[in-house]
Amino acid sequence: MQTINIKLTINNKKYEMDVDIRKSLMDLLREMGFTSVKQGCGVGECGACTVLVDDVSVDSCLYLAVWANNKAIRTAEGECKDGRLSPVQEAYVEEGAVQCGFCTPGLIMATTSFLEKNKGKKLSREEVKKGHAGNLCRCTGYQTIINAAITAGKK
Amino acid sequence: MFPIEKYHYASSVDDAIQALAADEKSKIIAGGTDVLVRLHEGDTEYGCLVDINGLNKLKEIRIDDDGNIYIGSLATCTEIMEHEIIRKHLPMLVESLATIGGPQVRNTATMGGNICNGAVSADSGCAALVHEFDLVIEGREGERMESINGFHTGPGRTILNHSDLLKYFLVRPEQYEGFSGSYIKYAMRGAMDIATIGCGAMLRMDGQYIDTLKLAFAVAAPTPIRCPNAEKAAEKQIPTDETLEAIADAVEEDVKPRTSWRATKEFRLHIIRTLAKRVTKQAVENQGGAC
Amino acid sequence: MAVGQSHIRKDVRAKVTGKTRYTDDFSMPGMLQAKYVRSEIAHGLVKSIDTSAALAMPGVEAVFTYEDVPKIHFPTAGHPFSLDPDHQDVADRLLLTDHVRYHGDEVAIVVARDLLSAEKAAKAVKVEYEELPVCVTSEAALAKDAPAIHEGGNIIKSTTFEIGGTISDAEKEADTVVEGTYSTPIILHCHLENHTAYAYMDDNDHLVIVSSTQIPHICRRIVGQALDMPWPKIRVIKPYIGGGFGNKQDVVLEPMVAFLTRKLGGIPVKIEMSREECLVATRTRHSQTVTVRAGVTITGTIKFLDLNVVSNTGAYASHGHSIPMAAGSKSCNLYPKSVTRFSATTHYGNIPAAGAMRAYGSPQLFFGIECALEQAARKIGMDSVEFRIKNSARPGDIVPKTGTNEHSVGMVECLEKGRELIDWDRKKEEFASQEGALRRGLGVASFSYGSGTYPACVEIAGCRLVLNQDGTVHMQIGATEIGQGSDTALAQMAAETLGIEYDAVHVVSEQDTDVSPFDPGAYASRQTYVAAPAVHRAAKKLKTKILEHCHLMTGDEVENLDLVDGKIIRRGQMENVVLELSKLALDSYYHKERGGQLTAEVSSKTCTNAPSYGCTFVDLEVDIEMCIVTIKQIINVHDAGKIIHPLSAEGQVHGGMAMGVGMALFEELLIDPESGWIYNGNLLDYKIPTCMDIPDLEGAFVETFDPTSPYGNKSLGEPPIISQGPAIRNAIWDATGVKIDEMPMTPKVLFKHFANAGLI
Repeated sequence: MQTINIKLTINNKKYEMDVDIRKSLMDLLREMGFTSVKQGCGVGECGACTVLVDDVSVDSCLYLAVWANNKAIRTAEGECKDGRLSPVQEAYVEEGAVQCGFCTPGLIMATTSFLEKNKGKKLSREEVKKGHAGNLCRCTGYQTIINAAITAGKK
Repeated sequence: MFPIEKYHYASSVDDAIQALAADEKSKIIAGGTDVLVRLHEGDTEYGCLVDINGLNKLKEIRIDDDGNIYIGSLATCTEIMEHEIIRKHLPMLVESLATIGGPQVRNTATMGGNICNGAVSADSGCAALVHEFDLVIEGREGERMESINGFHTGPGRTILNHSDLLKYFLVRPEQYEGFSGSYIKYAMRGAMDIATIGCGAMLRMDGQYIDTLKLAFAVAAPTPIRCPNAEKAAEKQIPTDETLEAIADAVEEDVKPRTSWRATKEFRLHIIRTLAKRVTKQAVENQGGAC
Repeated sequence: MAVGQSHIRKDVRAKVTGKTRYTDDFSMPGMLQAKYVRSEIAHGLVKSIDTSAALAMPGVEAVFTYEDVPKIHFPTAGHPFSLDPDHQDVADRLLLTDHVRYHGDEVAIVVARDLLSAEKAAKAVKVEYEELPVCVTSEAALAKDAPAIHEGGNIIKSTTFEIGGTISDAEKEADTVVEGTYSTPIILHCHLENHTAYAYMDDNDHLVIVSSTQIPHICRRIVGQALDMPWPKIRVIKPYIGGGFGNKQDVVLEPMVAFLTRKLGGIPVKIEMSREECLVATRTRHSQTVTVRAGVTITGTIKFLDLNVVSNTGAYASHGHSIPMAAGSKSCNLYPKSVTRFSATTHYGNIPAAGAMRAYGSPQLFFGIECALEQAARKIGMDSVEFRIKNSARPGDIVPKTGTNEHSVGMVECLEKGRELIDWDRKKEEFASQEGALRRGLGVASFSYGSGTYPACVEIAGCRLVLNQDGTVHMQIGATEIGQGSDTALAQMAAETLGIEYDAVHVVSEQDTDVSPFDPGAYASRQTYVAAPAVHRAAKKLKTKILEHCHLMTGDEVENLDLVDGKIIRRGQMENVVLELSKLALDSYYHKERGGQLTAEVSSKTCTNAPSYGCTFVDLEVDIEMCIVTIKQIINVHDAGKIIHPLSAEGQVHGGMAMGVGMALFEELLIDPESGWIYNGNLLDYKIPTCMDIPDLEGAFVETFDPTSPYGNKSLGEPPIISQGPAIRNAIWDATGVKIDEMPMTPKVLFKHFANAGLI
């Protein structure tokens, strides 16, 4: 088994470890207990495993764990600070954007990166949709998810 | 967990080339959005990887004093799309890259990979062809430059040798100055899809006449292609409905669509004709003209 | 009032922070991973199987083939057990088979220390087949010389019923008859969480299964049947589940993980399906051909509907013939004054097994009915909405399925509301004469559905309430939360009837068959309807116990007391608080002599089935040259009785509508008709809509109060998916003059029809 030593932060906490080069970032995060990161397809088609790498959204299933070296990773667990939901999480609650919840953490991260990237910009519904096109949801028809992203953008 | 047997993290371009040369089973991994999918499927051909993600120089995007634009092969689709230089000079490339996958895929996928994997459906393929990209490649024999014309040799195949590494794309000013462009991806979904047909155009007007039309298609032949017949049909013509029809007629001579379970040849041909007209019309309008 | 308000969903804070645990989020020391060896052909017999290479690979613990499994055929459909042997599900499955019946069938299974080793080893198992002729289509499977996919031939069942009179009499009263044949594709559920399950033994004869299932109690019974074990020796636990839509209303992995752990001495063994396996090797929505003859009078009265369904259930029966029959009986609720003859044939085919999927055959059947009726309305020159209003069910009409008329009916109001919301009359005029490549059209389609499965199956539900020390209440229910929001709705009901705050009800979301009250699970849009009486009665019982304990404490007579907002008051006097519930609760637990833990448990059977109704209105644009349909506005209007939780109700409607749009315009599993080879069993090639593909979705309600439910509610989980297909098809017809009698209406299908019509 080939390993590489990496240093990274996950939700602002520092880690150093030897990582099996065969692991995806999703594998690594889930093993470490960050089970908000969900596997829906393993090939970047559903977005359920979306996390932020240096604030950029990626499908962690299509991202080698060793690539996380010297990077800052954010997952849905870390968005809730001291028991307080982030504005994005709050908006998902308010708008009824959650049903089975399996796509939710990935979508929360997609919305988070999209809004941080477009902070201060006035966004059309169409633009918001484009920012969420990499995440599949089979429960909501996306209506309340897009509503939640728009609401969160105003918070 | 991916079935990776051997993994080398390249420390320099030379190191990468040496690692490639040392093992004929080795493959380059860049953004990983193709290679890791293959590995997930258990494809043993991708078991030995040379990872080039540490080659930061290949991420660079810049323009020189002559207006030559250099796009590093490791620049992600998002990095290219959001780069000031690209937005200013190559909006049609931005439009094309925006149709790839979804945000997460664009955040990791590289244009280098999109071109080098030889996909017939490459969304950047049309843009590369109509901008007549040059590709600067490092190989065992040193650096060389190849044109995008002729780079693709068949489905999944290019002229690249096993130990070759694409370093950057070069776009010359004469390929974009005075041109307007347009790209339409015809797919079964609005995102996260591969093109049924992709069609891109660059166009320059001379007064009320079309001076030059460059038209390219993805998935209309075994490789992304330019359309010399259609381009000729547009030359020195006023962009009227008749001209558009003439372009559509001529394009039939340029393409070789085929029937697959995804779509029939007849359907593809109809869409090819329609896209040739629409993309040309859009390019004319983007130049401030009208059809 | 807790009912009728959009309280914060019980599970939502945990879900947005990723704290809800699904089956794959648990692991056990030493857990092994198993991977199926799947057939590369669609029909054949295994001639030889060589497992030696796989067994020799590092990390491999065992390989089992069809030779190693019990020779017990078992059913898999998630129906409650039936005492009537004729009504029991078809038992046609073995754990592994040497007669493979679809591309992906299961011939062997590898168990290894990790998933990667299991995957590699599964590829190393060599199987040789004797190939048999392949029947993909109904035509091929029903041909006289078709090979028998199962012993006894390819037809599972063929049945007919006729109600409201006879077709032959009704034909005499009809002025005109329209006919059509409509086909629907194989649809995949595509819940985001794939099928996954693991099992271990915690005693020599006691087995525990953790699974992503909609039906834990049914699962327990079927595993017992498959492994010939007493049912109580099996414990099934259902944690949070990432969607099911009917695909987890079937027993898929559980008997196998149970078999494996027993074989391996009780070590935990898990099977987690890949997305690709989950798409083709679980269940699908039946592809059906629906033939309709409809007779109407010149004034627009439907005299008869003569319906014939051919349903391809694929390699194994699963829910089989229940699918068209359930849809047939529920459809009669919509136009109850018409005579209906319904015939259905269900047959095997060499394609993935079809089972339950949201709305259980109704989207297919209503695609036929509502397309044919559109033709009838147009033929007699009547407005499509007026025609439907004229014929729709009204209060007092006898519901054919149950023979009663004591139900709420808001169908006419749904049509009227939809017509107004979409601005039907104005747009009709505006779109009347159009030319060019871009054309707009309007479409409408209605549906009816049921609330549960009675009288076809038993309807049983259970609820247990426990008063906690602080005056809050723990609620255990047999009904399974699968994302639809049942925990929340049932908690609202309990709070309402008990007289405590919604936040004071804690729902135990996990079902555990050793502990949870009995309830067959989430399907048939039954849960809030069928669990409501159990919750209602349990809450009343607990409330009485609370008041009785108050009597013990204070001497006040029970009939003078009430529980309101978590306080015990003198009846009718809100301000006159006798006791805080929390004080009473502590006393009941810890007073040395009086009281005890206050609990109530009710198991109830429901012997009614309230019909629900609704319709879809759509305004769309067709780009004829590009063969693309763009929905400009789409509205669903529902009569689901009293709405318990408006935000969740709307969410159900949105989700169903998006799936309906997917079925109408995007989705189909493509299979080579010659070889049975599956072309698009992955999420890239099987096109479920992304957010770019779904228009703004509008859901509206006509609230009625159904007298058969203590809270007035009727079904809502499945109905929202039924009527998009025909509404969209009718709108495309309206826009272009071209009738498309097949789903999905993808660009390539539009191309074929537009070319035939000379439009392009």
